[in-house]
Order: sequence, then structure tokens, then C-alpha cells
Amino acid sequence: MAARALLRVPQRAKRGEVIEIRALISHIMETGFRHSERGASIARDIITDFRCTYNGAEIFRARFYPAIAANPFITFTTIATESGTLRFEWSGDNEFTASESAAISVE
Amino acid sequence: MRVFALLLAVAASLVHADERRSGYEFMSRSTQAMQDDDTSNPAMLWVLDGEALWQAGKPSCASCHSNMSGMKGVAARYPAMSSGRLMNLEQRINLCRTEKQHAKPYAYESKELLSLTAYIALQSRGMPIAVKDDATKGKALYEQRQGQLNMSCAQCHDQYAGHRLAGSTIPQAHPTGYPVYRLEWQTLGSLQRRLRNCLVGIRAEPYGYGSPEMVELELYLMSRARGMKMDAPGVRP
Amino acid sequence: MNRRIFVLALALTPWMRTARADAMHDAMSAVLKGATPREGRVKIDLPPLVENGNTVPFSVSVESPMTERDHVRSIHVFNEKNPQPNIGDFFLGPRAGRAAVSTRIRLADTQTVVALAQMSDGSWWSGSANVVVTIAACTETV
Ligand code: HEC
Ligand code: HEC
Repeated sequence: MAARALLRVPQRAKRGEVIEIRALISHIMETGFRHSERGASIARDIITDFRCTYNGAEIFRARFYPAIAANPFITFTTIATESGTLRFEWSGDNEFTASESAAISVE
Repeated sequence: MRVFALLLAVAASLVHADERRSGYEFMSRSTQAMQDDDTSNPAMLWVLDGEALWQAGKPSCASCHSNMSGMKGVAARYPAMSSGRLMNLEQRINLCRTEKQHAKPYAYESKELLSLTAYIALQSRGMPIAVKDDATKGKALYEQRQGQLNMSCAQCHDQYAGHRLAGSTIPQAHPTGYPVYRLEWQTLGSLQRRLRNCLVGIRAEPYGYGSPEMVELELYLMSRARGMKMDAPGVRP
Repeated sequence: MNRRIFVLALALTPWMRTARADAMHDAMSAVLKGATPREGRVKIDLPPLVENGNTVPFSVSVESPMTERDHVRSIHVFNEKNPQPNIGDFFLGPRAGRAAVSTRIRLADTQTVVALAQMSDGSWWSGSANVVVTIAACTETV
């Protein structure tokens, strides 16, 4: 099954208001430091990069390491500037990519 | 056994036996907050998968059960007798899977089975637990001492509920939130997986997934929690 | 992440503790590139009691007006005792409005978490927090 993501972006905001954004995505975040019961090391499989754009312009970016918990959750803020789309992109090991968007209307 | 020596050195006050509290109430504020908001509860990622699976398959679950409102309260009354046998929700789902979809049953703890169970359980959120069947067998299992530590479920969950055991607070074992996203597992898991962890904890051979003992225990736990509100899919430490 | 194994490894080989602290120091130096951070302006929030080190709610905030002229450029978070010293790097700017980021992290043991923030004027600030991680009971043997 494909990765699933849950976003929290206010549907409406006042111009100039600081809004909180949350993004949750399904991912195992295998650290690369674990071993199977037979002792073989389990290869790293994590999301390494997250990016959020607001009408095309990057407003937030993060780099994740194995210490980010499984099913990465991130919250950050941005100033509501204009109506449009927030786009969220995740990428990582084993050519993992996922994206999701949310609309916002700014008065 | 360091962990169980600690158990005897506990300090917290005893919880009154008639005061039932869900595992949620024993959690820290920050873990509660994780469950409170659907966009921060990782279990909701499985619900999204369950929603998709509900529409998939031939014929799809949705094609027979038309709308999801028919599933309201269903999770709150399982385990229940079905086709002459006591079944938990997972087994009931698999019965439709084999008999109505003529497909292979989903394995216990598979992403598919957990997702469908979570999606169905969500429909009972806030509803009182309402199992009906006789739970005598499960009660006997709950009270029986077992494992190398020779302990019963009742000793921890009735006698010592509210006390600390290593890093955990012992809850009263009310299964209001299953399947749960357990922080320890970093994934969603069934009530049976949770019970297996407790059995391993007392060095007992865990009952198999789907075994009659497991289902009887589930039924007893649900009957002890009758009337308590469902909060599935929950988050637990 | 198998915390129990880390904890054991740490207990058995005390010298590894210093090795890990050095690793954190090295990881911080790689980000600072010779700059010296000043203590302050950076605040880390971690729960007083960590119920499970696999998923620890973590927040970091930096005092800053977050204007075009004066804002936080990036925040870098490190730990002492996980197998790798880095936790996450966060890049923001004046459009953030506030310099506040939350996530959930893994902490192998009781330890110190450090955050470094670089401001738009190039200066570096730091904050840290100590966190007590307990070990869960009744887990399975994976
Ligand atoms: C040695 C004490 C001990 C024994 C014996 C024990 N448990 Fe537990 N149980 C715990 C602890 C501690 C937790 C909570 C662990 C945590 O939160 O990390 C727990 C959790 C649970 C939960 C989850 C409750 C929730 O809110 O989600 C259930 C259900 C449960 N146990 C049932 C049982 C059953 C049934 C048995 C007997 C087969 C049993 N336990 C035996 C200590 C015990
Ligand atoms: C061909 C039609 C059909 C399909 C397909 C089907 N079901 Fe069912 N399902 C039924 C019928 C009939 C019942 C019995 C209703 C009753 O006893 O009231 C039932 C009962 C159930 C129940 C128990 C409801 C209760 O009130 O106790 C659950 C849960 C359930 N189905 C889930 C599923 C899921 C999940 C799927 C898809 C994987 C599915 N069903 C696919 C026809 C179907």
C-alpha cells in the first residue's frame, strides 16, 4: 500500500496571521542500527527530506535522521499571505517519494 | 528479576476497585495529546488504508454493507457468537473475507486486517462497550496464575493497577482503544498482540493468535469494561 | 530502535559514553564550521517523564522577531547517546512568523539533547535539555 499522509492546514486564515501546520506520514523509519534475530543487520530505510511550499515558494524544509520516530510527524508555522496551495513533499531511502497538498483561503 | 522487584517497591496510591479508568487516563499528557487530535494520531494513517480496503475486493465490503453507519457500535459488541462460534472482530472480518469475497483470510497483525479493524472500530468511538456473551471461561484465564513468574492478570491489573512497573504505570486493562498505536511497537497492533506482550512479560507461553483462549480473554476484558466508552483507535505507551 | 540493546551496550562499555559524547561534539562542529555558539534564545521542550523512548514528543523554539532583517535561518538538533548524534535539521525563514518546530524523536537512553540555531546575522545560539528515559514493561522479544 502506498504511503498515507495526514495534514492539518487551516482552510481559512486572515492575511498576516501566523498559522500552524502539521504533517504526519506513514513510514517505518528503519534506523539501520538494528539487527535481525539471526544477527544480520537491517538496512536503513528512512525519510531523509521534507519540504513544504506555499504557492510554489519553499517556506520550510527539514532533514531527518534515524532518530526521527516512525511515522514522522512535524509541525511548523507560516504567515498566511495569499489564497492558494500548500504542497508537502517527502523523500528518502530506496527512492521513497510522497506528496500531498492542501488548499488555503486567505482573506 | 529486577523489574518485578521494583513492583514491590511501588509508591502510588491504590485505585478503588469500583473506579474504572481506561488506559488513556493512565497516560502522560503528551501521549494523550497524540490520541486527542486525529491529525496527530498515527493510528489514523491505518484508518485511511481501511477506508480504501473497504471499497476494494470483489465484491467490496462497501457493496454489501452499503454505508459505514451500519458498522456503528459493531466493534463495541465483539467478541460475539457468530455462525455458532465465539469470534473477535478480526475473525468476523475474515469470515466475510473468506465466505463473501472468497478470498484468503488476512493474517493477524497484517496491515490489511489492522486497517480494516481500525476503520470499523472508529465507527464505535464514544459508544459504550456492549458485549453480551458469557465470559466465565475468560475470567478463569484472567485469574489463573501462570508463567515462570507465576502471576495472574488480576494481580497486576486489579491489585496493582495505578502502580509503576519499570517505566510503565499498570493500567486496569480495559480494552477501549484497540487496535492501538503503541509507542513501544511504533506501529498499530491488536488487543491480542498486547496480551501476548503481557504473557511474555510474566514468562508464560503466549496463546496463539486467534486461539480460543485469546478470544475468551478478550471477551472477559470487554465484559469487565461494559459501559465504558470506546476510544479506538487509541495511542498507548 | 532497540533501546534495550543500546542500554546494555552502554552499561558494558563505559568508554563508549565518551565516544558518543565526542560524536555529538563532532556533529555539532560540522554544522558550526568554526563558529562558537552562545547559550540562550533556544528552548527545547521535552516531556518531564518519557513514557517510551521510541516516540518522544519534542519541540524547539527560538526567540526571534522573525522579520526579513532578523530571523532564524536554521535549527539543528543533536543527542548524546543514540547510535547517531544527529536528530534533525530544520530550515526556516521570515515567512515562518515564529521559530517553532515540533516532531517526535527516538531517545535510546537518559541523556542530553542540544539544539543549535543560526540567525540571519550569522550568529549561533544554543539550548539544551536533559531527559530521563525509562524502559517499558511487558514488551515483546523482537
Ligand atoms: C506483571 C504485571 C502484569 C501482568 C501479570 C499482566 N499485565 Fe497486562 N499490562 C501490564 C502493564 C505494565 C501494562 C502497560 C504497559 C505499558 O503501558 O507500557 C499492561 C497492559 C495491558 C493491557 C492494555 C491496556 C490498555 O489500556 O491498552 C491489557 C488489555 C492487559 N495488559 C491485559 C492483561 C492480561 C489479559 C493479562 C493476563 C494474561 C495481563 N495483562 C497480565 C502489566 C501486566
Ligand atoms: C457479499 C456480501 C458481503 C461482503 C462482500 C462482505 N460482507 Fe460483511 N457481512 C455480510 C453479511 C450478510 C453479514 C451478516 C449481517 C448480520 O449478521 O447482521 C456481514 C457481517 C459483517 C460484520 C459483522 C457485523 C455485525 O453487526 O456483527 C462485519 C464486521 C463485516 N461483515 C465486515 C465486512 C468486511 C470488512 C468486509 C470486506 C472485507 C465484508 N464484511 C464484506 C455480507 C458481506
